[in-house]
Amino acid sequence: MIASRYKAPLLSVLLLLSLLGIWEALTPAVKSAEDMTEYELLMGGASEEARVPPPSAIIVKAFEELSNPVYDNGPNDKGIGIQIAYSLYRVLTGYLLAALLALPIGFLIGMSPLAYKTLDPFIQVLRPISPLAWMPLALFIIQDSEASAIFVIFICSIWPMLINTAFGVANVRKDWINVARTHELGNLRTALSVILPAAAPTILTGMRISIGIAWLVIVAAEMLVGGTGIGYYVWNEWNNLDLTSVIFSILVIGVVGMLLDALFARVQSAVQYQE
Amino acid sequence: MTMTDNTPLLEIQNLTRRYPSPDGGEPLTVFENANFDINRGEFVCIIGHSGCGKSTILNVLAGLDTATSGVVSMEGREIGGPGLERGVVFQNYSLLPWMSALKNVMFGVKARYPDWTRKQVRDHSYKHLEMVGLGQGSEKRKPSQLSGGMRQRVSIARAFAIQPKLLLLDEPFGALDALTRGTIQDELIRVWSGSDQTVFMITHDVDEAILLADRILLMSNGPFATVAESVVIDIPRPRRRADIIHDSAYYPIRNHLVDFLTTRSRELSQAENRKNTRNQKPLTVHPGLTGSDEAHTTQPEPPADNNPPSLTMLTGTQP
Repeated sequence: MIASRYKAPLLSVLLLLSLLGIWEALTPAVKSAEDMTEYELLMGGASEEARVPPPSAIIVKAFEELSNPVYDNGPNDKGIGIQIAYSLYRVLTGYLLAALLALPIGFLIGMSPLAYKTLDPFIQVLRPISPLAWMPLALFIIQDSEASAIFVIFICSIWPMLINTAFGVANVRKDWINVARTHELGNLRTALSVILPAAAPTILTGMRISIGIAWLVIVAAEMLVGGTGIGYYVWNEWNNLDLTSVIFSILVIGVVGMLLDALFARVQSAVQYQE
Repeated sequence: MTMTDNTPLLEIQNLTRRYPSPDGGEPLTVFENANFDINRGEFVCIIGHSGCGKSTILNVLAGLDTATSGVVSMEGREIGGPGLERGVVFQNYSLLPWMSALKNVMFGVKARYPDWTRKQVRDHSYKHLEMVGLGQGSEKRKPSQLSGGMRQRVSIARAFAIQPKLLLLDEPFGALDALTRGTIQDELIRVWSGSDQTVFMITHDVDEAILLADRILLMSNGPFATVAESVVIDIPRPRRRADIIHDSAYYPIRNHLVDFLTTRSRELSQAENRKNTRNQKPLTVHPGLTGSDEAHTTQPEPPADNNPPSLTMLTGTQP
């Protein structure tokens, strides 16, 4: 029993270690600076310049960065914690604005076939637009790169929430609506005490998809608008040709995304019910 | 059973349900001109084959559905929508799955008595759960953690707890196994006899109907179904499942019902046998009383000679 419980995590760790080992072994050793000619030094060790750093270098880098995450040495040198905080701030602001709009409208669409039919064409056209395609227009209209990034997050997280809320509300079992009707519940009470809890798991699924998409999009948006944030950090380190930092920040993006998803998974299981 | 007030609680007049045909031809008539009354405190069962529209009738009484024509009035007022004076128990329990059993009952009680304190609501709800044999911890469970029988008990507790004037039961035991069904029937009858509750119940089970009902309404087959007969169950109460089969009235009644369901329900809805039941109450029969058929066949209005001859063989045969 104990063995089977730990089998999968153990295999995961083994797989990770062997992949890292292969990666490490495939990386040619770096010549130390003393062994290089002056010319080689000038060229930055020319022939091996484009090498991908080995995992050991990344672990060292991660240790450095994570032991001092919040320093601020000017626009091009901020701690990873500060960059993440900027990104999270943008994601959460855009996401909350989207939720404030998507949940009520989704409710309306789900409850009224007329509203559904009226708004459906708009949703179908707007939904497939890549959020970054809005960027030029947002920059022109809003005239502020910070707000434009938030707008892009807003526009990409609204659709899954809207569609899932509408779907969840429209598919609440007729029997439960009938329970509300036979108990003479008003529209608002029915919406809050029957439809909302009944549709909550579906709504939360939409919210979870949305936060995932928002986290995907923020990296690209920050690469465009620049200045701060984890996306800018990745691009900045690429411009610095610091591949160790690039790989480190990629990993950080993954871990933060996973944590966000885990958070929503928790909320989701709290509203989940079994029929 | 006790009728202090002579006016019926519920009057159903010429209730008809038709579905328009998709190609614009003749509409499909599920049932037409159903006429019957339900008295205060009476337990009435309705039996008929699938497709005769009995569920539609119950939903119209609940206010959840509308008929094509006809009037349903309760205490003289026409029913126009669902209301708390009519409690409904559905076959599929209709409990809210994200709430515990107690919360489900409280949900109904809160809606019925909005002025009550939380403690009053809770105590009243718990009392009704105990009446159907739940409590001691099981009230905290969610419906998914309860067996089918327990879920239906919760559903019945919720319906009784709001103390409606009319209780509508749509095949409440249809999804339960025979043993559980028996226990809950006993519980239903116990809870009902302690109240002055009027009950209208759909069932497919002849024995269940005889055990529970004061009167059984028989519906002919659809399409063109109608309420053909009102069978009075002349078996004294309290009735117990074990004793009731030894009552001399039991088998005459049972045979009458089975004969109706196997043969006459079909014959009655065939075109050549169909009669216009507009403004006509169903024939009242007493198969449980011995003696001549005519003596116990009462038909208040219109006079008996309006009945076609085929309806004189109404009472059941002896076993």
